[in-house]
Amino acid sequence: MRNFNRRTALKIGGAAAALPLLGAPAFAQMDKVRAAFVLIGTPDDNGWNFGHDNGRKYMLEQLGEDKVETTVVTDVAEGPDSERVFRELAQQGHDIIFGTSYGFGTYMLRVAPEFPDTKFEWATGSEMAPNVSIYNAKFHEGRAVIGTIAGMMSQTGVGAYIGSFPIPEVFMGANAFHLAARKVNANFITKVVYVDSWFNPPKEADQARALIDQGVDVITQHTDGPAALQVAEERGIVGGFGQGADMSAFAPNAHLTSIIDIWGPYYTKAVKSVLDGNWTSGSSWEGLASGEVLIGPYNPKIPADVVAAAEAVRLGIIDGSIHPFAGPIVDTAGNVRAAEGDIVDDGEFWANEAWYAEGMEV
Amino acid sequence: MSVDLIIPIIMTLIPAATPILLAAQGELVAEKSGVLNLGIEGMMLTGAVITAAVMLITGNVWLAILCAALAASTAALIFGFLTLSLSANQVATGLALTILGTGFSALFGQPFTGKAVPLFKSPFPAELAADPFWRLFFGYSPLVYFSLAMVVLIWWFLQRTRPGLILRAVGESDISAHSIGYSVIGVRYLAVAFGGAMAGIAGACYPLMLTPQWVERLTSGRGWIALALVVFAAWRPFRLLAGAYFFGLVMTLEVYAKASGGGFRILPSEAWAALPYLATILVLVLISMRRSGSTSAPACLGKPFIPAT
Repeated sequence: MRNFNRRTALKIGGAAAALPLLGAPAFAQMDKVRAAFVLIGTPDDNGWNFGHDNGRKYMLEQLGEDKVETTVVTDVAEGPDSERVFRELAQQGHDIIFGTSYGFGTYMLRVAPEFPDTKFEWATGSEMAPNVSIYNAKFHEGRAVIGTIAGMMSQTGVGAYIGSFPIPEVFMGANAFHLAARKVNANFITKVVYVDSWFNPPKEADQARALIDQGVDVITQHTDGPAALQVAEERGIVGGFGQGADMSAFAPNAHLTSIIDIWGPYYTKAVKSVLDGNWTSGSSWEGLASGEVLIGPYNPKIPADVVAAAEAVRLGIIDGSIHPFAGPIVDTAGNVRAAEGDIVDDGEFWANEAWYAEGMEV
Repeated sequence: MSVDLIIPIIMTLIPAATPILLAAQGELVAEKSGVLNLGIEGMMLTGAVITAAVMLITGNVWLAILCAALAASTAALIFGFLTLSLSANQVATGLALTILGTGFSALFGQPFTGKAVPLFKSPFPAELAADPFWRLFFGYSPLVYFSLAMVVLIWWFLQRTRPGLILRAVGESDISAHSIGYSVIGVRYLAVAFGGAMAGIAGACYPLMLTPQWVERLTSGRGWIALALVVFAAWRPFRLLAGAYFFGLVMTLEVYAKASGGGFRILPSEAWAALPYLATILVLVLISMRRSGSTSAPACLGKPFIPAT
């Protein structure tokens, strides 16, 4: 593996731009694929980026270093500068480029038409193009499992969802968490807060303190690190959950379980299809059933009946008997989002403005 | 917002403000001697990573803080060598120090990620430190009390001691201080080293008190607030304390307002996030409106001193 940061990518990009483009014609088998991964943070965040980097390592193991070579660009901000990073990676002759954050999409879609032979893969994306695929995982299915635990274990009946930004993957996760908690505790309240960052440990920690001081005793976070979980440990509340990876090392008592992202099989499949010359633009959105989303080990302090209930939800989602957004669902404004016996389709969240189910405080 | 939230808000704002206060105190002394060091963020990150490393290896918190102060001080002395001995541009060199500190901490910190660092908790007995009311005075990490003691100490040093007078003289008129026999460069080296040590201790607050772990860019840009704070406080130690707690209050009110779900959510979340910056602009405008001799910057701030032999 070669590890780049943005600055070296800039330098190398300048040199590589002078080289002829090495893009292979479509539907031709390749001897070796060059794959690039653009991360919003660093793999050592123990969360989101860690998960993607593990996926990359798994893919390397599966396909072999003689078949694929990877470049990782870390710390790329979700903004106009990322466009330059994607362009440079394409100019350097990478065959497939994974942009692993929602905010990269605008820029990938702008660069992609300039490099028709380069494959772009937008994680948690919402729009495809002839050479842009989107891939995502149904984290909200995992959120339904942890919501069940939160609803049963909370003593105050108030949980919190510390989100980054009000984007579809975040507010649908919050809804899944809350709806599952309400199924086991009809009066459960979920406070949803946004910290306006994927990674700002001091602010995430202070946000957790503020929530705990206002009655929250179960916290789940949708940011990239374990800062909030550590505050849960320090304050001795019921607990919290790992996001993206197992975070129990940070909070042995407070860490109830975790939602683990498994990107490896998808990365293997995507890169292999480039190797075989049969990559096509598509949309992948798998969850608990196919193993893209796993629930980590349960903390031994969780009572057996709670584990059983959580497992029932997990298995129910896998066999299709339980849907995280099964009706009746009424939102905070009183609109019926799904009637009894109906469901809110997962894709609905991507097509509409953010809404929150009854009992959520935003 | 209910009254019973006042104590929790203060309990959150004071630790949040402490690293900013510590770093700003160091910067204040350096700037009083005429040196503008923009490398606070880099030095804080250096202090933070060294603290986490020493804590995880030895578990000795005092050794960790000492090493953090020494490491950040060493980084500051590199800056000092370039700007004082070689008369390099202070702004550019300071920015380079931030980049160096960010990169060094990321590289050095790699083996220490993914582990929880033990907290440096209140030294007082639990009856006081955990009491719903008395924790307001006794519930903080020793780093908080240290930062408060330093407010008085720095004020006393600058205003009441002879070395403090010399330091201010060097910052106000380097040529005069030089001509009556004081070592301008020597004094500035000491001030820069002190500034580094304080930034290192400020960095130590993150793994020991606020976010007990090491991860890249742990301080999340708060060193820059410390830099602004020195100007905000018009180079006065007690105003620095007030300014740091004011910033802490604004940052803390944001998270409490968001968590309240109603009540004092009078502003949208983005407006809360912008509030510290709006407050900074407002205060800077107020300061510049009532300009008197004592509120302005040290006269030699940022200027290299090249003694005429």
